[in-house]
Amino acid sequence: MALTGSIASPQAYLQAQGRWQPVEVAFWLALLLPYVLFPNYLSLASQIAITALFALSLDLILGYAGIVSLGHAAFFGLGSYTAGLLSKYGWGEPFSGLLAAAIVAGIVGYATSFIIARFRHLALIMLTLGFGLLLGELANSASWLTGGVDGLQGVHMWKLFGYFPFDLYGRAAYTYSLAILFVLFLFARRLINSPFGLSLRGIRENWTRMPAIGAPSRRHIQTIYTISAAIAGIAGALLAQTTETVSLETLSFERSAELLVMLVLGGAGRLYGGLVGAAIFMIARDQFSGIAPQYWYFWIGVLLVVVVIFLPNGVLGGLSKLTARWRRK
Amino acid sequence: MTAPALSTKGLAKTFGSLVVARDIAISLPKGVRYALIGPNGAGKTTLINLMTGMLKPNAGQILLGEEDITDLEPQQRVRRGLARTFQINTLFPGLNALEAVTLAVCERRGISRDFWRNVSEHREAIEEAHDILVKLRLGDSCYQPTRELPYGRQRLLEIALALATKPKVLLLDEPAAGVPQEESGDIFEAVAGLSNDLTLLFIEHDMHVVFRFASHIIVLVGGAIFAEGSPAEISADPRVREVYLGTRKHG
Repeated sequence: MALTGSIASPQAYLQAQGRWQPVEVAFWLALLLPYVLFPNYLSLASQIAITALFALSLDLILGYAGIVSLGHAAFFGLGSYTAGLLSKYGWGEPFSGLLAAAIVAGIVGYATSFIIARFRHLALIMLTLGFGLLLGELANSASWLTGGVDGLQGVHMWKLFGYFPFDLYGRAAYTYSLAILFVLFLFARRLINSPFGLSLRGIRENWTRMPAIGAPSRRHIQTIYTISAAIAGIAGALLAQTTETVSLETLSFERSAELLVMLVLGGAGRLYGGLVGAAIFMIARDQFSGIAPQYWYFWIGVLLVVVVIFLPNGVLGGLSKLTARWRRK
Repeated sequence: MTAPALSTKGLAKTFGSLVVARDIAISLPKGVRYALIGPNGAGKTTLINLMTGMLKPNAGQILLGEEDITDLEPQQRVRRGLARTFQINTLFPGLNALEAVTLAVCERRGISRDFWRNVSEHREAIEEAHDILVKLRLGDSCYQPTRELPYGRQRLLEIALALATKPKVLLLDEPAAGVPQEESGDIFEAVAGLSNDLTLLFIEHDMHVVFRFASHIIVLVGGAIFAEGSPAEISADPRVREVYLGTRKHG
């Protein structure tokens, strides 16, 4: 972060803030390793990429604008059902499915943002929780449309670009999910380094000061909430398309809560936190549930307590502190 | 005769049975430097909160120039040229001074909705922010996170943030609050160096500072204007001496 030693010009300094670091390039290259190292785990890798995208959407509102949500699965589920239903009723083209999911989730996000932008802290947690539960029950009761607890059957996706089928080994699924994750990550990265991103950080750092510098905080919050909802919707659509099924679980409280856990685990407010958190969480679940599936949450509890106590800024926060100390030596 | 830069008429505010502002009528001509003084609990900060819209008055009017701003949101008042600073630091702890002031400049210039281009591409906004920081002698520490800045510099950053909104009227709530006396002069020197077109109202307890930097003084007691006049008039007013200057109590 800090440019020690040489004092740069203000522009050069701000420019350097947004420059790609070697470690970032290494991170993205490492995501290609599963093809070679774990060819049997590409389905899991695909699910991790999807969850990472979902976590990225939460990071935009929580890590940057300070909006805590316990109901973000609402948008994930909306995206899932949109893409799923579209395919079930005859339109199985993947990319347009994603777009439709983004639009539906974005519209619902925008509609609720008028309420979201008026509240802070605990009230916000309860509101988002309420919206999430509400939507979950709606989907449950509308079983004629959603399939209810049985899930949405009959989702069938067309080939990617009309050429690559979604195979059993998850090769196409992982490539597809990873590519979408990367594109939307680039978008999020641009966004947080823009003047709008700076305003979001201002809202997070001091909500009371923003009106005193003339900033329309509510409008900013509405914008980022809508964007975040749309991205969550795309993540949901990816899951529906790559697994060719949609269950009520996509809308569940557990999904919202787990998402928050992942983000805290990885470190909020640093873009990569959600990605790293999602990977740790899902690999840990895969491994632990092999040993003792019924006690899986015990280990997540342990992990969460340890991280919050010893690494208040998540795994990435701890790492950046370590490297800062190492550099000073 | 041009309209005053900022004026209030019959401004009143109560919290339950507690009257914190009683029929306040003030009028700040363009370019003057007003001091707002009064004992603790006189309602000085409340008055600033009312004028900036952080509190809604029960009665009365607030005018910025000729425009009635009584019903405007705080950020709308800022956009029209009424800015304030806070007695207790109200900064962005995790941003550095350059980022914080650039943020304020971007908001004023209306480029805060740009989510595509990098901040660094808005060269003019950054230069403007940097100039403000240099003017307040914060240029050499503008890359340091706000929370790591020495307290006195944080007080200056309070002013820098307000200046970034290009105010016509600036309300300073105890700009040197908590700063050791030998350093408070620096902060007021910075205030004194501001443009002459800027209309200033500041709350301050140190009478040496008040008499040195204010061209006009308003004395507030119990939520009402008690006296108003030039420093010479105020210091000669026996009633003011009695309620305020005479008692050596700070507050």
